[in-house]
Amino acid sequence: MPDISKHAASPPAAVLAASWPILVLLAALALVPALSAAVDNPFLIRLFTRVVIFAIVAAALNFVLGFGALVSLMHAAFFGIGAYVVAIFAFHDFDGSPLWIFPGTSNLAVTIPLAVVLTGLAAALTGVVSLRTSGAYFIMITLAFNQMLFYFFVALQKYGGDDGLQILSNLDFAGLNISKRVTFFYVSLGVLAASLLFFGRLVNSRFGVILRAAAQNERRVIALGISPLRYKLAAFVISGAVTGLAGALWATGQQFVSPSDLSWVRSADFVVMAVLGGMARVWGPVLGALVIVLLEALLPGLTLYWQLPFGLIVILIVVYLQGGLADLFGKMRPAAGGGH
Amino acid sequence: MQAAAPQPRPLLEVKGLQKRFSGIVATNNLSLDVRAGETHALIGPNGAGKTTLIAQLQGELSPDAGEIWLNGRDITREPAHRRAHLGIARSFQITSVFPQFTVLANVALAVQAQAGHGFKFFREAWKDPALTAPAREAIERIGLSHRAETHAEDLSHGERRQLELAMALAMKPKLLLLDEPMAGMGRQDGQRMTKILQGLKQTYAILIVEHDMDAVFALADRISVLVAGAAIATGTADSIRNDPAVKAAYLGHGS
Amino acid sequence: MSASLFIEQLLNGVQFGVMLFLISAGLTLVFGIMNLINLAHGALYMTGAFLAAAFIKITGNFFLAAVLAMALTALTGAAMEWIVLRKFYGRDHLDQVLATFGLILVFNDLVRLIWGVVPVQLRLPGPFSGSVPLMLDVQYPAFRLLILAVGLLVALGLYLVVVHTRIGMWIRAGASNRPMASALGVDVGLVFSLVFAAGAALAGLAGLMAGAISSVQVGMGEPVLILALVVTVIGGIGSIRGAFIAALMIGIVDTFGRVLLPPALGSMVIFMLMAVILAFRPKGLFPVHA
Repeated sequence: MPDISKHAASPPAAVLAASWPILVLLAALALVPALSAAVDNPFLIRLFTRVVIFAIVAAALNFVLGFGALVSLMHAAFFGIGAYVVAIFAFHDFDGSPLWIFPGTSNLAVTIPLAVVLTGLAAALTGVVSLRTSGAYFIMITLAFNQMLFYFFVALQKYGGDDGLQILSNLDFAGLNISKRVTFFYVSLGVLAASLLFFGRLVNSRFGVILRAAAQNERRVIALGISPLRYKLAAFVISGAVTGLAGALWATGQQFVSPSDLSWVRSADFVVMAVLGGMARVWGPVLGALVIVLLEALLPGLTLYWQLPFGLIVILIVVYLQGGLADLFGKMRPAAGGGH
Repeated sequence: MQAAAPQPRPLLEVKGLQKRFSGIVATNNLSLDVRAGETHALIGPNGAGKTTLIAQLQGELSPDAGEIWLNGRDITREPAHRRAHLGIARSFQITSVFPQFTVLANVALAVQAQAGHGFKFFREAWKDPALTAPAREAIERIGLSHRAETHAEDLSHGERRQLELAMALAMKPKLLLLDEPMAGMGRQDGQRMTKILQGLKQTYAILIVEHDMDAVFALADRISVLVAGAAIATGTADSIRNDPAVKAAYLGHGS
Repeated sequence: MSASLFIEQLLNGVQFGVMLFLISAGLTLVFGIMNLINLAHGALYMTGAFLAAAFIKITGNFFLAAVLAMALTALTGAAMEWIVLRKFYGRDHLDQVLATFGLILVFNDLVRLIWGVVPVQLRLPGPFSGSVPLMLDVQYPAFRLLILAVGLLVALGLYLVVVHTRIGMWIRAGASNRPMASALGVDVGLVFSLVFAAGAALAGLAGLMAGAISSVQVGMGEPVLILALVVTVIGGIGSIRGAFIAALMIGIVDTFGRVLLPPALGSMVIFMLMAVILAFRPKGLFPVHA
């Protein structure tokens, strides 16, 4: 749907034509629980839940990366904040102790929106500082902020510190038990589909157009009378908040969070997913998430030293695969241009 | 007896502008004005500080001293994006467009910038007639309608210069700052551009930097000659042609 | 905080600072000259430490091993530059980040393959394994003093090279204006290779000294790399002087932050310092590029 070359007249049929691969992929994912049951292998559904949740993050990241040319290396931190919000409130619910003046709760109808808001807030605070810089400075500063938040959660001894925090209470969504494997998978898939729709609308709105224009030629945007900073900041907050939502889902699905969820390596992984999948399309990163998560699941089974081939694959992707996997379904101009 | 109507204030007034870059004087106590409806050309040898001046007027650079007034308002300290809203539009010496957008999308963005409302999240911008209609009008005016759906990176050099101008027009400016609009154009494209600019002359005040003397003499009501950051002469085409100081300092350089 | 504890922590901070400087020096110059983000710089730090461990086993002499390890780390860096990074000079930062991220993974597994996953302890050289008395009944580990001295000497040496020699002039010219330097006839490619190898050697030196204080293990380069990036952005990309001042600042603030503040805050304090500095000076304390 974000096919900009066909924007002039994009009736529903054209939108459909441009985004059929993702529709097929989402439909295929919807069959995973059935497949998992048929071959009696619950690992499959766990694996693909991981694919779906990481795909949400990769798509959210790509909103600022592919459309805003903002290379953020702190999306794992947003992911982790979302996860910890759910886990910490559940901890206090189980424990019976208050969190400062607030009671703990295992109701996701409360903690998931809270996770989204708090992650958005974190993105606003870090964005205000990092977006004043550009290019390489931005990359390094987001990496530093990622590490800062990592150490922050490591230092929280009360919530397990280095070892992480097990969710011992029963999470529910306003009384609904959504943490059952199959239900949870479909909820996550629904969130992924909704996110793609959301970002698909966003990138072609007035707001999205400014973001993409600033990525191509910031100087020109200013000369036209637009100060790009607040648009970039808004985009960063939106991207961070959706990533926090994915993190909250992650904690719900795993019943466990740890500082390793915030590791900077995971931030880099998210970027690899977006680049590998294809940054020019809203749904490109979903392909990247699929391939990377499967690789990370399969390679360790083949060799103890799986990071070696994985690292080489990453380098080869950068050298040879400029448009990403999504370009296999038709070449596409970069959405943001060579701004980064 | 003849109580001549007081001369209206010029649209743009520049007073005693100064700018240096690590010891090099780029703008040297420069004063000039552009009247409403006037086309004012800036000529001068390379390195005379023409683009630096344009950048200070547009707001990309801030002067070390001096004042810039637009429409009776001191804009010396206004940031560039505010000046755009006050009516200053600049076309760049080195073509500056959005290469991944179509011609229509480029110009629609200029319309959108002028209209404000950047925080609309869901309506598709390029289907919004409030943006596309004025954009098509500006494209038409500049003679690019047949290329409206072409991506800017696929345009020829001359077409990109035209697009740049269309974007400036779409901002509904009071003052056009045109930095060498014919740079790098062939003879034919250059003549076409001169014609387009002649059509705009009536509507806008224009400050134009240009090396093509035929175009300058065809377009300009007044000409200022910049040498080493200072305006050494200002006047009509004829007076500039015959100015001894200009001959010595500029035309003598063999241009 | 008592006076003796204060002095001890101050020494710790300065010692940590000079080590950070050794790592950041190469990073900031490579960045300044070739506009290349090298996340794999921390892998060279780790390589230096492991090579030192191996050479100590072979030669039994810490200092000889250190020199050999530095030389071989320089070669490793040169190879890294030659084989992979050269392809990425003109590319955008995103590509550089991803490629050097891939390199980190490759280096980590190579080290795991060669030396295994068990952390290695470096045996301190005899005369430096104890403590020496300083003023006010402060006992301070001799090896840490050695690190401090070596670090300050290297910093001084680097300063002299960069400011007072022809090569240094080329480096500065390349860092502030590359096309200009090329136009003046500086072989920027050669200068860069030299700088890269030298930067690798310094990172290796820092790695082996850090390894001697704590331990040598896979992945040790990454947290340090991120601190070095913080130093680089605070100091201003491409500025040796900025890197030195920022490194000392980070070293001291981090050390005292951990002692004086609650843990959650203490571990974040240097990043907050970075945020505050960049809020006022987005290009760092000593911006090199105009």
